[in-house]
Amino acid sequence: MPREITYREALREGLDEELAHDENVVIIGEEVAEYNGAYKVTEGLWKKWGDKRIIDAPISEAGFIGMGIGASMLGVRPVMELMFYSFAYVAFDQMMNNAATCRYMSGGLTNCPIVVRGPANGGTNVGATHSHTPENIFANMPGLKVVSPSDPYDVKGLIKSAIRDNDPVYFMESTVLYGMSGEVPSNDELDDGELIIPLGKAKVKKEGTDITLIAHGRAVVTSLLAAEILAEKYDINAEVLDLRSIRPLDENAIMESVRKTHRAIYIEENKPFCGVGAQISSMIMEQAFDDLDAPVLRITSADAPAFYSPPIEKLQLPTAEEIVERALTIC
Amino acid sequence: MAAKTKSKATAEYSDAPINQSLTDEDKIEMLRKMVRIRRFEQTSLKHYQGDKIGGFLHLYIGQESVAVGSISLLGDNDHVITAYRDHGHALSVGMNMNECMAELFGKATGCSKGKGGSMHYFAPDKNYWGGHGIVGGQTPLGAGLAFALKYKGLKGCCLCYLGDGAINQGAFHEALNLAALWDLPVIYIIENNGYSMGTSQARSSAHPEEGLAARAKGYNMAWNKIEGVSLYEIRAGVSEAVERAHNESKPTIIEIMTYRHKGHSVADANAEKYRTKEEIQRYIEEHDPINFWKKTLLEEGVITEDDYKKINREAGDEANAAAEFAEKSPFPDESEIFDDIYWEVDNNTEAGRTGRHFFHK
Ligand SMILES: Cc1ncc(C[n+]2csc(CCOP(=O)(O)OP(=O)(O)O)c2C)c(N)n1
Ligand SMILES: [Mg+2]
Repeated sequence: MPREITYREALREGLDEELAHDENVVIIGEEVAEYNGAYKVTEGLWKKWGDKRIIDAPISEAGFIGMGIGASMLGVRPVMELMFYSFAYVAFDQMMNNAATCRYMSGGLTNCPIVVRGPANGGTNVGATHSHTPENIFANMPGLKVVSPSDPYDVKGLIKSAIRDNDPVYFMESTVLYGMSGEVPSNDELDDGELIIPLGKAKVKKEGTDITLIAHGRAVVTSLLAAEILAEKYDINAEVLDLRSIRPLDENAIMESVRKTHRAIYIEENKPFCGVGAQISSMIMEQAFDDLDAPVLRITSADAPAFYSPPIEKLQLPTAEEIVERALTIC
Repeated sequence: MAAKTKSKATAEYSDAPINQSLTDEDKIEMLRKMVRIRRFEQTSLKHYQGDKIGGFLHLYIGQESVAVGSISLLGDNDHVITAYRDHGHALSVGMNMNECMAELFGKATGCSKGKGGSMHYFAPDKNYWGGHGIVGGQTPLGAGLAFALKYKGLKGCCLCYLGDGAINQGAFHEALNLAALWDLPVIYIIENNGYSMGTSQARSSAHPEEGLAARAKGYNMAWNKIEGVSLYEIRAGVSEAVERAHNESKPTIIEIMTYRHKGHSVADANAEKYRTKEEIQRYIEEHDPINFWKKTLLEEGVITEDDYKKINREAGDEANAAAEFAEKSPFPDESEIFDDIYWEVDNNTEAGRTGRHFFHK
């Protein structure tokens, strides 16, 4: 029986292993230590690693993330938790200006090996201020890396790579995925003795021949559902490609799939304007135009702030039904 | 941190002119307001647990005196802005239970048409500017409301509420400097309930020995620290700041010691882990602002036990009726999703009709 654990547990395991792997790894954030994490990702880590490695911070995101960036220049490897990625906006200058450009402006003399992680998703009725999806905004900035894992296996392998990476990595999770279970081999089942997934490698989550559904984060789960419906009801064999890492981006995997299926839709819970799908569809158009049998479509969240009212917010997010409906227009 | 309820201190504050001018009706009205907030909160808790309400629910139970006492001092040109624990302030400024409860239920009849939810109540017609979900985010806005009053030559002030954890946001410090530098009539009220989520105040804030508000010294700003259990003390302390704002256009920071009986939000599973059951019990028994005020009014002969029961019953009925109203109200229409984003589009002006504003599909 392969081992099944939750996304939350897999993430915690990755953090725990990196704390063991490198004594410079330190976790800082609001309620990460004594409270065991607002979403229980860091549960038990403070007890195990103590005050020096797991640190509760006051509600000062600009201060503690900026501090982490500074510490990273001197060899500390901070893993900062944002209770919600929406709160990154309070620390925007530190995350955009300092983390992203110090290396460039110093002519390569510095680097910032920091990870800023936390949930970046809507769909939980917490209103517009708490439902931002800033992956496209941060991915827009050269110098930054953006990762958005969609299942327990990936979140473990990717957090370990993110922590070992020598550049700033913004790691965006989802509160909706924390409870999701999936297969994650234990280390003794692995040839290398540990699970490491390099940044910049997409993964085919389901093979197909007729259309490629490209997605990141929770939209991958929605896309897999849509692929099932397309197969069962319409005899359409969709391929689902999970980017996993948005920047660096696995361009080859995208083009390879599109050259095979000749059709693509990008699905994301991000907003449409300059969303991740805008970048991807433009690249497909430039590089695989002759392989396309239909325009590349994009499915995003509604172009509006998150609506609190639970039944209405549901309508703002991409659904499997919407993906199916739009896929049928080009298949 | 404990709010001491000395009767001597109470006598002293009840003698303050601002409290001497209170009629029996005024005093009863403040009691009614506090009880209405509590019944509203208890009723919303019940419906949150019954899955009628989504997202977060941050209850104000235990802190009612802060909003009721301070807002009782305000006039037509005085404004209010607060954080996400905002139901008490909303009812204090005169928003009604129906619109507040319907907002929690996500209904079209809610104060924000179901768009904002628990953390984002608004009522500009009652000088109430939200309801803000980002910790500390409202503090520069509070300075801005004060700036606007001063700019327009109006004699007024802005009460800007924040938590003991929120004082560590950078935006708050920038706002303090602006308020002091430009003499803005803003009053920052730190509702010190001892905790920011599971973090005690001692673990979150470095501050002068005299307390959190004393950080004002660094900005050469007036400050005060008040025990929050007594409406008399709150009114006496806050009224000084209101006068300062009205007459000198100067800011103040006030720290009001209070306590939340419930968890940080209803989802706070650790509410009895980071503080002891005994501590919570002690505050409920000895420092409940409603019991304290009720006792004061009984002692003064302003109310009888029966009067209190009636107030309590009426508030409970009102809260239940509000829940029924919320339950019966319709959900917003899907078409509402794209309303209320741009003023120009909503008002179908030329600017709103020029160029594409939305990019869905
Ligand atoms: C910028 C930002 N960081 C973190 C949060 C999450 N959060 C919401 S309330 C809260 C605690 C605030 O405590 P305090 O200011 O004391 O107010 P109280 O809840 O006690 O009323 C935290 C950490 C947030 N909403 N915004
Ligand atoms: Mg507090």
